[in-house]
Amino acid sequence: MRWINTKPGPGVQLALMLAPFVLLVIAYGMGSAARLADNPADKLLPALASLTDAINRMAFTPDVRTGEYLLLTDTLASLSRLSWALAIATVIALVVGMVIGMLPYMRALLAPFVATVCMVPPLALLPVLFIVLGLGETAKITLIVIGLAPPMIRELALRVGELPREQLIKAQTLGGSSWQIALRVVLPQTLPRLLTALRLQLGSAWLFLIAAEAISADAGLDYRIFLVRRYLAMDVIFPYVAWITLLAVIMNFALDRLRIAVFPWSNLERQG
Amino acid sequence: MSEIVFDNVWKEYGDQIVLEKITLTIAPRSFVALVGPSGCGKTTFLKLLLGDEAPTSGTITMDGVPLIAEPGPDRGVVFQRYSVFPHLTVLGNVLLGAEMARPLTARLFGAARRRAVEAARALIGEVGLSGAEDKYPAQLSGGMQQRLALAQALIMRPKVLLLDEPFGALDPGIRAEIHVLMKQLWHETALTVVMVTHDMREAFTLGSRVIAFERPRDRPEERERYGALLSRDINIWPPRIAGEASIFDPDRDDPVMPLGSGRDDLAPMQGAKP
Repeated sequence: MRWINTKPGPGVQLALMLAPFVLLVIAYGMGSAARLADNPADKLLPALASLTDAINRMAFTPDVRTGEYLLLTDTLASLSRLSWALAIATVIALVVGMVIGMLPYMRALLAPFVATVCMVPPLALLPVLFIVLGLGETAKITLIVIGLAPPMIRELALRVGELPREQLIKAQTLGGSSWQIALRVVLPQTLPRLLTALRLQLGSAWLFLIAAEAISADAGLDYRIFLVRRYLAMDVIFPYVAWITLLAVIMNFALDRLRIAVFPWSNLERQG
Repeated sequence: MSEIVFDNVWKEYGDQIVLEKITLTIAPRSFVALVGPSGCGKTTFLKLLLGDEAPTSGTITMDGVPLIAEPGPDRGVVFQRYSVFPHLTVLGNVLLGAEMARPLTARLFGAARRRAVEAARALIGEVGLSGAEDKYPAQLSGGMQQRLALAQALIMRPKVLLLDEPFGALDPGIRAEIHVLMKQLWHETALTVVMVTHDMREAFTLGSRVIAFERPRDRPEERERYGALLSRDINIWPPRIAGEASIFDPDRDDPVMPLGSGRDDLAPMQGAKP
């Protein structure tokens, strides 16, 4: 049988899915043991015991100075920045993307501009943002929005433009005005695509968050990483990176579930 | 009502001439089938009627009023694909036309909604989709999607129904069934139908008039300078008249003669006591 025709059963599929993760943990354990055997004071690959110890210290013990649980404080700070930025970027992308996708005049006006703005590296604007907007939350959220909105606008405008022309004509023969067609035909078909666009942008969202928090913050997951970096505290950094990854994976999964739950037809179409 | 007149209509795309000197009158309540080889302007003709394209020269009038070059609720349309909205259920698709009556929200509430739902359900039943009201188009077969598209267009009570190869993608059995429905709708609704088709048999079984388009000069060097003309215009004989029974070989679903030699089921005489 050809390789392209062999498929794993459900048990094998699960085993295959877990294998890379298990291998990673084993490789880490071996590397860590080897280094610690050479030098018990090695900080680069701490033993699993010291990792759990650090997790316990950061997540489940109140900080001696402030009395807060640091991991919780950091997570809330980061997630609040991220959700504000995602919300703002989503609204901008939805409105501008639909306008560009639907109205030829607005497309002529805005599409080339957005395409250009898309090419501006947002991180290069970071110093400007911090100088103009100060070191507070505004600058950080603005950075993420600037990074996310233009690619999302382009993606959505493209998706709106891909709606079959037949549908728009049909809606007109049903007596729909531009506004009504936007509301009842284009918007509902754009929303699931918006959630997908958002999902694909989550990676860059975290990237911009890291950049902003690394430079100026007093709490936040990435702030903590850059703080303890000075002490080579890999026992804190590794769990934090794993936690950030886990959060991103959960958000990714939740957004997809949300799309299927709210727009059941968007999955039917893909199967059809 | 709804007499459509094409007066010396030309359509060009840039340098390319697609349709030449089309002069034609479509009588109210006729069922016109447009046939011809691919690329001879049948679909362009339909787009002109729909208002999706404007003629380069000449005029198109409906009931003496020039046609606006924009699709509107007086002309319904069913395409071969993408005619229904994938994000709405069967009921939602049929309801949408009624809901567009509200300029701001495009939604109906309360009693108005109940009335519209009732009308929509009746129409869904008429096209044979009862029981599928809550399904999404992706859950329907191709034939059912086209039935839905018909119901969706008909709820607007258009004067003209335009069909762009609506049944071309259906298999023959399903197509025969939907032909029966199409005939029935044409007989029962105050409609003029213009249908583009590749299928001669379909044109002659459904139409009351068959119009053929042809490019008389179709050599490559001539294609740009000469467009398609009306080459044949055939009125079906014996004439099919919307809503009227034919004594010649009536179809099962055509209107029936109340009396006379066309009937063999011994219908009671009018006024006769049972």
